[in-house]
Amino acid sequence: MKKLFLVGMMILGLSIGPVVHAQGVYPDVPKATGEPHPEGNEFMRINHPDLLRHDRDLTVRDGDRDVDYSLAGCVACHAVNGPDAKPVTSESSEYFCRVCHDYAAVKIDCFQCHNSLPPDLGEASLMFDRPEQSLDVLLTYLEGLSR
Amino acid sequence: MNIPGLKPAGSCGGGCASKEKGADVHRRDFLKSGAALATLTLAPGVTLMAMGNGVAAKANPGVRWGLLIDAGKCPSDCNACVTACSDEHGWENNGLDTDPQWIRKVTLKDRETGRENSLPVMCQHCENPPCVDVCPTGASFKREDGIVLVDRHTCIGCRYCMMACPFKARSFLHEKVTDQKVTTPRGKGTVEGCNMCVHKLDRGDGTTACVEACNATGNNAMIFGDMNDPDSDISKALASYPSIELRADLKLNLGVRYQNI
Repeated sequence: MKKLFLVGMMILGLSIGPVVHAQGVYPDVPKATGEPHPEGNEFMRINHPDLLRHDRDLTVRDGDRDVDYSLAGCVACHAVNGPDAKPVTSESSEYFCRVCHDYAAVKIDCFQCHNSLPPDLGEASLMFDRPEQSLDVLLTYLEGLSR
Repeated sequence: MNIPGLKPAGSCGGGCASKEKGADVHRRDFLKSGAALATLTLAPGVTLMAMGNGVAAKANPGVRWGLLIDAGKCPSDCNACVTACSDEHGWENNGLDTDPQWIRKVTLKDRETGRENSLPVMCQHCENPPCVDVCPTGASFKREDGIVLVDRHTCIGCRYCMMACPFKARSFLHEKVTDQKVTTPRGKGTVEGCNMCVHKLDRGDGTTACVEACNATGNNAMIFGDMNDPDSDISKALASYPSIELRADLKLNLGVRYQNI
Protein backbone atom coordinates (compact mmCIF):
# COMPACT_ATOMS: atom_id res chain seq x y z
CA MET A 1 0.00 0.00 0.00
CA LYS A 2 2.81 2.37 0.95
CA LYS A 3 4.58 1.46 -2.29
CA LEU A 4 1.46 2.18 -4.32
CA PHE A 5 1.10 5.52 -2.60
CA LEU A 6 4.69 6.41 -3.42
CA VAL A 7 4.21 5.45 -7.07
CA GLY A 8 1.04 7.52 -7.12
CA MET A 9 2.89 10.52 -5.73
CA MET A 10 5.62 10.08 -8.30
CA ILE A 11 3.14 10.02 -11.18
CA LEU A 12 1.40 13.07 -9.76
CA GLY A 13 4.74 14.81 -9.43
CA LEU A 14 5.73 13.94 -12.98
CA SER A 15 2.45 15.12 -14.42
CA ILE A 16 2.44 18.42 -12.53
CA GLY A 17 6.11 19.14 -12.94
CA PRO A 18 6.34 19.68 -16.71
CA VAL A 19 3.03 21.57 -16.86
CA VAL A 20 4.24 24.13 -14.35
CA HIS A 21 7.57 24.24 -16.06
CA ALA A 22 6.13 24.58 -19.59
CA GLN A 23 3.63 27.33 -18.82
CA GLY A 24 5.83 30.03 -20.28
CA VAL A 25 7.23 27.88 -23.10
CA TYR A 26 4.03 26.39 -24.51
CA PRO A 27 3.11 28.18 -27.76
CA ASP A 28 0.52 30.90 -27.63
CA VAL A 29 -2.04 29.48 -30.08
CA PRO A 30 -3.83 32.24 -32.03
CA LYS A 31 -7.61 32.35 -31.67
CA ALA A 32 -9.78 31.36 -34.63
CA THR A 33 -12.60 33.50 -35.92
CA GLY A 34 -15.39 30.97 -36.51
CA GLU A 35 -17.43 28.69 -34.26
CA PRO A 36 -15.38 26.43 -31.98
CA HIS A 37 -14.95 22.79 -33.06
CA PRO A 38 -17.74 20.69 -31.54
CA GLU A 39 -15.18 17.91 -30.95
CA GLY A 40 -13.13 20.23 -28.76
CA ASN A 41 -9.68 21.69 -29.28
CA GLU A 42 -7.87 18.80 -27.62
CA PHE A 43 -9.41 16.34 -30.08
CA MET A 44 -8.53 18.55 -33.03
CA ARG A 45 -4.95 19.02 -31.84
CA ILE A 46 -4.42 15.28 -31.85
CA ASN A 47 -6.55 14.20 -34.80
CA HIS A 48 -6.43 16.99 -37.38
CA PRO A 49 -3.86 15.23 -39.63
CA ASP A 50 -5.96 12.06 -39.84
CA LEU A 51 -9.19 13.96 -40.43
CA LEU A 52 -7.61 15.98 -43.22
CA ARG A 53 -5.93 12.96 -44.77
CA HIS A 54 -9.17 11.00 -44.75
CA ASP A 55 -11.23 13.76 -46.32
CA ARG A 56 -8.63 14.73 -48.89
CA ASP A 57 -8.81 11.19 -50.28
CA LEU A 58 -12.60 11.43 -50.42
CA THR A 59 -12.34 14.66 -52.37
CA VAL A 60 -9.49 13.81 -54.74
CA ARG A 61 -10.38 10.18 -55.41
CA ASP A 62 -14.19 10.16 -55.18
CA GLY A 63 -14.96 13.77 -55.99
CA ASP A 64 -16.81 14.22 -52.70
CA ARG A 65 -16.54 17.91 -51.89
CA ASP A 66 -19.11 17.87 -49.12
CA VAL A 67 -16.60 16.83 -46.46
CA ASP A 68 -16.32 17.87 -42.84
CA TYR A 69 -12.65 18.76 -42.79
CA SER A 70 -10.98 20.65 -45.58
CA LEU A 71 -7.75 22.57 -45.56
CA ALA A 72 -9.50 25.55 -47.14
CA GLY A 73 -11.89 25.45 -44.19
CA CYS A 74 -9.02 25.43 -41.66
CA VAL A 75 -7.30 28.28 -43.40
CA ALA A 76 -10.46 30.39 -43.63
CA CYS A 77 -11.11 30.30 -39.87
CA HIS A 78 -7.58 30.20 -38.56
CA ALA A 79 -6.20 33.18 -40.45
CA VAL A 80 -3.73 35.26 -38.46
CA ASN A 81 -3.34 38.88 -39.40
CA GLY A 82 0.08 40.42 -39.62
CA PRO A 83 1.10 43.99 -38.72
CA ASP A 84 -0.41 45.22 -42.00
CA ALA A 85 -3.82 43.79 -40.96
CA LYS A 86 -3.65 41.29 -43.81
CA PRO A 87 -3.53 37.53 -43.25
CA VAL A 88 0.01 36.16 -43.14
CA THR A 89 1.13 33.23 -45.30
CA SER A 90 2.68 30.01 -44.05
CA GLU A 91 6.09 31.64 -44.67
CA SER A 92 5.56 33.59 -41.45
CA SER A 93 6.27 32.03 -38.06
CA GLU A 94 3.09 33.76 -36.83
CA TYR A 95 1.01 31.49 -39.08
CA PHE A 96 -1.55 29.44 -37.15
CA CYS A 97 -0.22 26.01 -38.10
CA ARG A 98 3.38 27.00 -37.64
CA VAL A 99 2.95 28.19 -34.09
CA CYS A 100 2.58 24.60 -32.86
CA HIS A 101 4.44 22.87 -35.66
CA ASP A 102 7.57 24.93 -35.12
CA TYR A 103 7.30 24.24 -31.39
CA ALA A 104 6.99 20.48 -32.00
CA ALA A 105 9.54 20.56 -34.85
CA VAL A 106 7.10 18.86 -37.22
CA LYS A 107 7.34 20.00 -40.80
CA ILE A 108 4.10 20.70 -42.68
CA ASP A 109 4.15 20.27 -46.44
CA CYS A 110 0.48 21.08 -47.12
CA PHE A 111 1.33 24.57 -48.26
CA GLN A 112 3.79 23.47 -50.90
CA CYS A 113 0.69 22.96 -53.04
CA HIS A 114 -2.22 24.50 -51.13
CA ASN A 115 -2.64 28.21 -50.75
CA SER A 116 -2.05 29.18 -47.14
CA LEU A 117 -4.09 32.37 -47.36
CA PRO A 118 -7.81 32.33 -46.54
CA PRO A 119 -9.81 31.86 -49.74
CA ASP A 120 -11.02 35.14 -51.17
CA LEU A 121 -14.74 35.63 -51.48
CA GLY A 122 -15.11 34.70 -55.13
CA GLU A 123 -13.16 31.51 -54.79
CA ALA A 124 -14.70 30.61 -51.46
CA SER A 125 -18.13 30.60 -53.03
CA LEU A 126 -16.73 28.42 -55.82
CA MET A 127 -15.47 25.91 -53.32
CA PHE A 128 -18.45 25.76 -51.01
CA ASP A 129 -21.48 25.74 -53.20
CA ARG A 130 -23.97 25.62 -50.35
CA PRO A 131 -25.21 29.20 -49.88
CA GLU A 132 -25.28 29.13 -46.08
CA GLN A 133 -21.70 27.96 -46.03
CA SER A 134 -20.48 30.73 -48.30
CA LEU A 135 -22.21 33.16 -45.94
CA ASP A 136 -20.20 31.64 -43.09
CA VAL A 137 -17.03 32.13 -45.07
CA LEU A 138 -18.03 35.71 -45.80
CA LEU A 139 -18.67 36.43 -42.13
CA THR A 140 -15.41 34.76 -41.14
CA TYR A 141 -13.59 36.83 -43.69
CA LEU A 142 -15.16 40.07 -42.49
CA GLU A 143 -14.44 39.20 -38.88
CA GLY A 144 -10.87 38.49 -39.82
CA LEU A 145 -10.61 41.87 -41.48
CA SER A 146 -12.01 43.70 -38.48
CA ARG A 147 -9.63 42.07 -36.01
CA MET B 1 3.81 22.45 -83.85
CA ASN B 2 3.24 18.77 -84.29
CA ILE B 3 2.25 15.91 -82.04
CA PRO B 4 4.69 13.06 -82.41
CA GLY B 5 3.02 10.13 -84.03
CA LEU B 6 -0.24 11.92 -84.69
CA LYS B 7 -1.83 10.28 -87.70
CA PRO B 8 -3.75 12.20 -90.35
CA ALA B 9 -7.52 12.04 -90.70
CA GLY B 10 -9.07 8.81 -91.83
CA SER B 11 -6.32 6.72 -90.27
CA CYS B 12 -8.60 5.14 -87.75
CA GLY B 13 -9.84 2.73 -90.39
CA GLY B 14 -12.16 0.09 -89.03
CA GLY B 15 -11.16 0.87 -85.45
CA CYS B 16 -13.63 3.73 -85.19
CA ALA B 17 -16.66 1.67 -86.11
CA SER B 18 -15.86 -0.98 -83.55
CA LYS B 19 -15.35 1.73 -80.93
CA GLU B 20 -18.80 3.13 -81.63
CA LYS B 21 -20.30 -0.31 -81.23
CA GLY B 22 -18.46 -0.64 -77.93
CA ALA B 23 -19.95 2.63 -76.77
CA ASP B 24 -23.43 1.33 -77.60
CA VAL B 25 -22.94 -1.68 -75.36
CA HIS B 26 -21.86 0.61 -72.56
CA ARG B 27 -24.97 2.69 -73.04
CA ARG B 28 -27.20 -0.37 -72.79
CA ASP B 29 -25.40 -1.51 -69.65
CA PHE B 30 -25.78 1.95 -68.28
CA LEU B 31 -29.51 1.99 -68.89
CA LYS B 32 -29.92 -1.52 -67.51
CA SER B 33 -28.02 -0.58 -64.38
CA GLY B 34 -30.65 2.00 -63.56
CA ALA B 35 -28.05 4.74 -63.29
CA ALA B 36 -30.08 6.83 -65.72
CA LEU B 37 -32.65 7.55 -63.02
CA ALA B 38 -32.60 11.07 -61.70
CA THR B 39 -31.97 9.90 -58.14
CA LEU B 40 -29.92 6.90 -57.23
CA THR B 41 -30.60 5.05 -54.02
CA LEU B 42 -27.28 3.81 -52.66
CA ALA B 43 -28.53 2.52 -49.34
CA PRO B 44 -31.65 3.09 -47.26
CA GLY B 45 -31.75 6.77 -46.54
CA VAL B 46 -28.73 7.53 -48.69
CA THR B 47 -29.44 8.91 -52.13
CA LEU B 48 -27.17 10.28 -54.78
CA MET B 49 -28.70 12.99 -56.90
CA ALA B 50 -27.96 12.86 -60.61
CA MET B 51 -25.89 15.75 -61.91
CA GLY B 52 -27.69 18.90 -62.87
CA ASN B 53 -27.14 22.58 -62.43
CA GLY B 54 -26.35 23.55 -58.88
CA VAL B 55 -26.44 19.99 -57.56
CA ALA B 56 -23.10 18.86 -56.23
CA ALA B 57 -22.44 15.17 -56.78
CA LYS B 58 -19.62 12.70 -56.27
CA ALA B 59 -17.85 11.07 -59.18
CA ASN B 60 -20.62 8.95 -60.66
CA PRO B 61 -19.55 5.58 -62.13
CA GLY B 62 -22.52 5.73 -64.55
CA VAL B 63 -21.09 8.83 -66.18
CA ARG B 64 -18.28 9.14 -68.68
CA TRP B 65 -17.36 12.78 -69.17
CA GLY B 66 -16.18 13.59 -72.65
CA LEU B 67 -15.34 16.39 -75.03
CA LEU B 68 -16.06 16.67 -78.72
CA ILE B 69 -13.96 19.23 -80.56
CA ASP B 70 -14.90 20.37 -84.05
CA ALA B 71 -11.62 21.42 -85.65
CA GLY B 72 -13.60 22.93 -88.52
CA LYS B 73 -15.01 25.57 -86.18
CA CYS B 74 -11.71 26.28 -84.41
CA PRO B 75 -9.97 29.35 -85.92
CA SER B 76 -6.17 29.27 -85.93
CA ASP B 77 -5.89 32.72 -84.34
CA CYS B 78 -8.17 31.88 -81.38
CA ASN B 79 -6.60 30.94 -78.07
CA ALA B 80 -9.62 31.40 -75.81
CA CYS B 81 -9.69 27.85 -74.40
CA VAL B 82 -6.01 27.96 -73.48
CA THR B 83 -6.33 31.33 -71.77
CA ALA B 84 -9.48 30.22 -69.93
CA CYS B 85 -7.75 27.07 -68.65
CA SER B 86 -4.75 29.06 -67.53
CA ASP B 87 -6.97 31.53 -65.67
CA GLU B 88 -9.15 28.83 -64.12
CA HIS B 89 -6.28 26.75 -62.78
CA GLY B 90 -3.61 29.39 -62.31
CA TRP B 91 -0.89 27.92 -64.53
CA GLU B 92 1.25 30.14 -66.66
CA ASN B 93 3.17 29.37 -69.82
CA ASN B 94 5.72 31.91 -70.90
CA GLY B 95 7.05 29.87 -73.79
CA LEU B 96 9.83 28.09 -71.89
CA ASP B 97 10.17 24.37 -72.59
CA THR B 98 9.76 23.67 -68.88
CA ASP B 99 6.60 25.75 -68.45
CA PRO B 100 3.39 23.85 -67.72
CA GLN B 101 0.89 23.37 -70.52
CA TRP B 102 -2.45 21.82 -69.61
CA ILE B 103 -3.92 22.57 -73.03
CA ARG B 104 -2.28 23.78 -76.24
CA LYS B 105 -3.30 24.83 -79.70
CA VAL B 106 -1.84 22.54 -82.35
CA THR B 107 -1.68 23.26 -86.08
CA LEU B 108 -1.86 20.32 -88.45
CA LYS B 109 -0.88 20.67 -92.08
CA ASP B 110 -1.69 18.33 -94.90
CA ARG B 111 1.55 18.26 -96.88
CA GLU B 112 -0.21 17.26 -100.11
CA THR B 113 -2.89 19.91 -100.23
CA GLY B 114 -1.50 22.53 -97.86
CA ARG B 115 -4.74 22.56 -95.85
CA GLU B 116 -4.11 23.70 -92.29
CA ASN B 117 -6.12 22.77 -89.27
CA SER B 118 -6.01 24.25 -85.79
CA LEU B 119 -7.24 22.42 -82.72
CA PRO B 120 -6.74 22.31 -78.97
CA VAL B 121 -5.05 19.21 -77.51
CA MET B 122 -5.13 18.34 -73.84
CA CYS B 123 -5.31 15.20 -71.70
CA GLN B 124 -7.51 12.85 -73.73
CA HIS B 125 -8.86 11.09 -70.63
CA CYS B 126 -8.33 7.57 -71.95
CA GLU B 127 -10.46 4.69 -70.77
CA ASN B 128 -7.23 2.67 -70.51
CA PRO B 129 -4.72 5.37 -69.57
CA PRO B 130 -1.02 4.48 -70.04
CA CYS B 131 -0.11 7.10 -67.41
CA VAL B 132 -2.06 5.12 -64.82
CA ASP B 133 -0.40 1.87 -65.89
CA VAL B 134 3.11 3.19 -65.33
CA CYS B 135 2.62 5.23 -62.16
CA PRO B 136 4.69 3.61 -59.39
CA THR B 137 2.76 5.19 -56.51
CA GLY B 138 -0.82 5.11 -57.73
CA ALA B 139 -0.91 8.89 -57.90
CA SER B 140 -2.02 8.85 -61.52
CA PHE B 141 -5.54 7.46 -61.45
CA LYS B 142 -8.86 7.42 -63.23
CA ARG B 143 -11.93 8.63 -61.43
CA GLU B 144 -15.15 6.65 -61.61
CA ASP B 145 -16.57 9.14 -64.09
CA GLY B 146 -13.68 8.64 -66.50
CA ILE B 147 -11.56 11.67 -65.62
CA VAL B 148 -7.82 10.94 -65.45
CA LEU B 149 -6.12 12.83 -62.63
CA VAL B 150 -2.93 13.16 -60.64
CA ASP B 151 -3.24 12.85 -56.88
CA ARG B 152 -0.44 15.20 -55.93
CA HIS B 153 -0.47 13.91 -52.37
CA THR B 154 1.10 10.69 -53.61
CA CYS B 155 2.93 11.99 -56.73
CA ILE B 156 6.68 11.73 -56.31
CA GLY B 157 7.47 13.58 -59.51
CA CYS B 158 9.13 10.66 -61.32
CA ARG B 159 7.57 11.73 -64.64
CA TYR B 160 6.96 8.18 -65.89
CA CYS B 161 3.43 9.28 -66.82
CA MET B 162 4.82 12.07 -68.96
CA MET B 163 6.89 9.52 -70.86
CA ALA B 164 3.95 7.14 -71.22
CA CYS B 165 1.43 9.70 -72.48
CA PRO B 166 1.09 9.57 -76.29
CA PHE B 167 -0.30 13.11 -76.33
CA LYS B 168 2.33 14.98 -74.26
CA ALA B 169 -0.57 16.03 -72.10
CA ARG B 170 1.22 16.23 -68.77
CA SER B 171 3.66 18.81 -67.43
CA PHE B 172 6.10 18.77 -64.56
CA LEU B 173 6.23 21.70 -62.20
CA HIS B 174 9.83 22.82 -61.96
CA GLU B 175 9.37 25.99 -59.98
CA LYS B 176 7.90 26.86 -56.62
CA VAL B 177 4.30 28.04 -56.93
CA THR B 178 2.64 30.66 -54.75
CA ASP B 179 -0.87 32.08 -54.64
CA GLN B 180 -2.51 28.95 -56.02
CA LYS B 181 -6.22 28.81 -56.72
CA VAL B 182 -8.15 27.23 -53.85
CA THR B 183 -9.77 24.83 -56.29
CA THR B 184 -6.49 23.85 -57.98
CA PRO B 185 -3.65 23.23 -55.54
CA ARG B 186 -0.34 22.94 -57.42
CA GLY B 187 3.21 22.53 -56.19
CA LYS B 188 6.79 22.11 -57.27
CA GLY B 189 7.94 18.56 -57.94
CA THR B 190 4.61 17.12 -59.03
CA VAL B 191 3.11 16.34 -62.42
CA GLU B 192 -0.07 17.99 -63.62
CA GLY B 193 -2.43 18.04 -66.56
CA CYS B 194 -5.98 18.76 -67.67
CA ASN B 195 -8.37 17.63 -64.94
CA MET B 196 -11.54 18.37 -66.91
CA CYS B 197 -12.29 21.04 -64.31
CA VAL B 198 -13.27 18.44 -61.67
CA HIS B 199 -14.04 21.16 -59.16
CA LYS B 200 -16.62 22.61 -61.54
CA LEU B 201 -18.13 19.20 -62.26
CA ASP B 202 -18.26 18.27 -58.57
CA ARG B 203 -20.04 21.55 -57.99
CA GLY B 204 -22.62 20.61 -60.60
CA ASP B 205 -21.65 23.15 -63.27
CA GLY B 206 -21.70 20.43 -65.91
CA THR B 207 -19.14 22.18 -68.08
CA THR B 208 -15.47 23.12 -68.21
CA ALA B 209 -13.64 26.44 -68.40
CA CYS B 210 -12.39 25.83 -71.96
CA VAL B 211 -15.85 24.97 -73.27
CA GLU B 212 -17.37 28.01 -71.58
CA ALA B 213 -14.71 30.21 -73.15
CA CYS B 214 -15.16 28.62 -76.57
CA ASN B 215 -18.91 29.20 -76.44
CA ALA B 216 -18.33 32.77 -75.28
CA THR B 217 -16.33 33.51 -78.44
CA GLY B 218 -19.27 32.25 -80.51
CA ASN B 219 -17.20 29.55 -82.21
CA ASN B 220 -18.96 26.74 -80.35
CA ALA B 221 -16.25 24.32 -81.42
CA MET B 222 -16.37 22.27 -78.20
CA ILE B 223 -19.14 20.15 -76.74
CA PHE B 224 -18.83 18.79 -73.22
CA GLY B 225 -21.05 16.16 -71.75
CA ASP B 226 -21.75 12.65 -70.56
CA MET B 227 -20.88 10.17 -73.31
CA ASN B 228 -22.87 7.48 -71.49
CA ASP B 229 -26.09 9.46 -71.63
CA PRO B 230 -27.73 8.91 -75.06
CA ASP B 231 -29.67 12.16 -74.70
CA SER B 232 -26.66 14.40 -74.05
CA ASP B 233 -25.55 16.84 -76.77
CA ILE B 234 -22.21 15.10 -77.09
CA SER B 235 -23.72 11.64 -77.55
CA LYS B 236 -26.15 12.93 -80.16
CA ALA B 237 -23.34 14.70 -82.05
CA LEU B 238 -21.12 11.61 -81.87
CA ALA B 239 -23.96 9.47 -83.17
CA SER B 240 -24.83 11.82 -86.05
CA TYR B 241 -21.48 12.98 -87.42
CA PRO B 242 -18.15 11.27 -88.09
CA SER B 243 -15.51 11.82 -85.44
CA ILE B 244 -12.07 10.41 -84.71
CA GLU B 245 -9.84 9.74 -81.76
CA LEU B 246 -6.20 10.82 -81.90
CA ARG B 247 -3.95 7.79 -82.22
CA ALA B 248 -6.92 5.44 -82.53
CA ASP B 249 -4.38 2.70 -83.28
CA LEU B 250 -3.47 2.60 -79.60
CA LYS B 251 -7.03 1.56 -78.74
CA LEU B 252 -7.14 3.69 -75.62
CA ASN B 253 -10.81 4.70 -76.07
CA LEU B 254 -10.37 8.41 -75.51
CA GLY B 255 -12.73 10.75 -73.73
CA VAL B 256 -11.84 13.53 -76.16
CA ARG B 257 -12.97 13.16 -79.78
CA TYR B 258 -12.36 15.35 -82.82
CA GLN B 259 -14.32 16.22 -85.92
CA ASN B 260 -13.16 17.65 -89.25
CA ILE B 261 -9.46 17.01 -88.76
